[in-house]
Amino acid sequence: MATALKLDSGAADWRVDVDSEEMVLNMGPQHPATHGVLRFELKTDGEVVKAARPHIGYLHRCFEKHAENVDYPGVIPYTDRLDYVASMGNSLGYALAVEKLMGIEVSPYVQTVRVIMAELQRIASHFVAVGTYGMDLGAFTPFLHCLRDREKILDLFEWTCGARLLYNYNWVGGVSHDLPDGFLRACRQFLREYDAITVPELLDLLITNKIFIKRTAEVGVIPVDLAISYDLTGPNLRGSGLARDIRKDQPYCGYERFQFDVPVGKGQFGPVGSCFDRNWVRCVELAESSKIIHQALDALERMEKTDVHEKVPKRVKPPKGEVYFRSEAPRGQLGYYIVADGTGVNPYRVKVKSPCFTAMSVFHVLAKGMYIADIIALIGSMDVVLGEIDR
Amino acid sequence: MDAKAIHERLTGRFGEKITGANLETASPFAVVATEAIVDVAEFCKSDPDLAFDNLMCLAGADYPKETPPRFEVVYQLLSYEHGHTFALKVHLPRENPAVASLENLWGVANWHEREAYDMFGIAFTGHSDLRRMLLPDDWVGHPLRKDWQDPEFYNGMHVKPTAQMAERAMGGEKIGVGPFDFTPPNAHVEEPA
Repeated sequence: MATALKLDSGAADWRVDVDSEEMVLNMGPQHPATHGVLRFELKTDGEVVKAARPHIGYLHRCFEKHAENVDYPGVIPYTDRLDYVASMGNSLGYALAVEKLMGIEVSPYVQTVRVIMAELQRIASHFVAVGTYGMDLGAFTPFLHCLRDREKILDLFEWTCGARLLYNYNWVGGVSHDLPDGFLRACRQFLREYDAITVPELLDLLITNKIFIKRTAEVGVIPVDLAISYDLTGPNLRGSGLARDIRKDQPYCGYERFQFDVPVGKGQFGPVGSCFDRNWVRCVELAESSKIIHQALDALERMEKTDVHEKVPKRVKPPKGEVYFRSEAPRGQLGYYIVADGTGVNPYRVKVKSPCFTAMSVFHVLAKGMYIADIIALIGSMDVVLGEIDR
Repeated sequence: MDAKAIHERLTGRFGEKITGANLETASPFAVVATEAIVDVAEFCKSDPDLAFDNLMCLAGADYPKETPPRFEVVYQLLSYEHGHTFALKVHLPRENPAVASLENLWGVANWHEREAYDMFGIAFTGHSDLRRMLLPDDWVGHPLRKDWQDPEFYNGMHVKPTAQMAERAMGGEKIGVGPFDFTPPNAHVEEPA
């Protein structure tokens, strides 16, 4: 009664590849790794992205329309809200653009105060960038360390001008408040801890971490020519190996007086221009900004104090003309195109060239052929803030 | 090269296609005939002395009070090699404004042109994907035009308080919208004839 037993290892069932067909996947607008409200349409085949299309505009707040309907100083609080992680840099660019239009030259004292604020803001902004990047990739602790020290910078800002995030600090022709008594000492105290503990700790915990390197070093490589064609600027461009920094190339605000290096991506663990390089450039810039602040604090001590409102015009009314002014914000080249008609006290036209906007415009090129999990690594490494993309 | 030399080089190559310039203003620019913009931009990019490899900014602007009324598209160029900057401009009529797209020269032009289309209604011919950028796809009109009037409704919702709503609010009813002494922000602009 023996029936032929049919032996089957089951292997044959698995020899055929899994049926996979293309699927359109919506990522965002509420996805935590998109750093704001950004939506991607991803055409996927299994885990591989075949095509990607970013959709922006969820945070559109009509900045350019608003700017045409308020006077020149009235635009400054709106500029704070563009890149809300680095407000000082935004208002500084705008104030300098209008000053260029009006031919105002502020005193070296005010310039140095502005540099200190801008560089502190750069540190705070890079803390958020690097910290959240680690968090996106699964490292939670560095994020807490970064935000702990960012708080100290925000405390300095609050002490100076009363606000922690949106400052309205850089005015046309000056700054809103002079530095309080004891600021220099407190700032030095902060930098001492920062140089000795925070930066080395961050490098130890995150940047030299093997898992972090494996996740980022071969991913999202941007060649230099692609970066220039899509107008990537700031750390994104320097990560691709091109040492260009507006603070060096076209110094404003007295940056030519300070010694600092322009770090570039070196490709220690993979091709130059990878996610790792972009992030590494930000980490080195943390130390470079500290160098600038040290020099600026020393310079400030030797400097004759002037009234910070000395050059603030009673009525900001530039002559007819137009200007495109670019400055090095923490996320790259922030450009203001301002047209003055010479008759009104409102700007005739204000256009912001946002570094995040142009960085996001290259996304569809890079995302092709990537794994979905690497998309997260890519977005974080470009350090976009949606408030600035959508304006 | 300074702005004067760049302008001379462009006029030497293109002659009458460079219809104007302002080299005195804070950011010097040359005005280019609309039909020649692709040739001029290509020359700016490929010429070794100019080598404008980067398009920093592309902005639209509306000038309804000029004669003739016009739109402008402003291209801010930068050369990473030489470190110099310059701007090109084209003047477009306010009726059916259109200019050739430059997305094949500088990749970033794609998004900037979409934004200019969104805000000003300037058509970029040859653009691969001319959709709205920041505003919703079903939005009507182009709000950065100077004759823009805020719409009363969007998708059946009141987006501007009406006189009746103001009366109800004056009667003490809480209707949750305001402000009521609202004048359109562009009320000072005259209607085009």
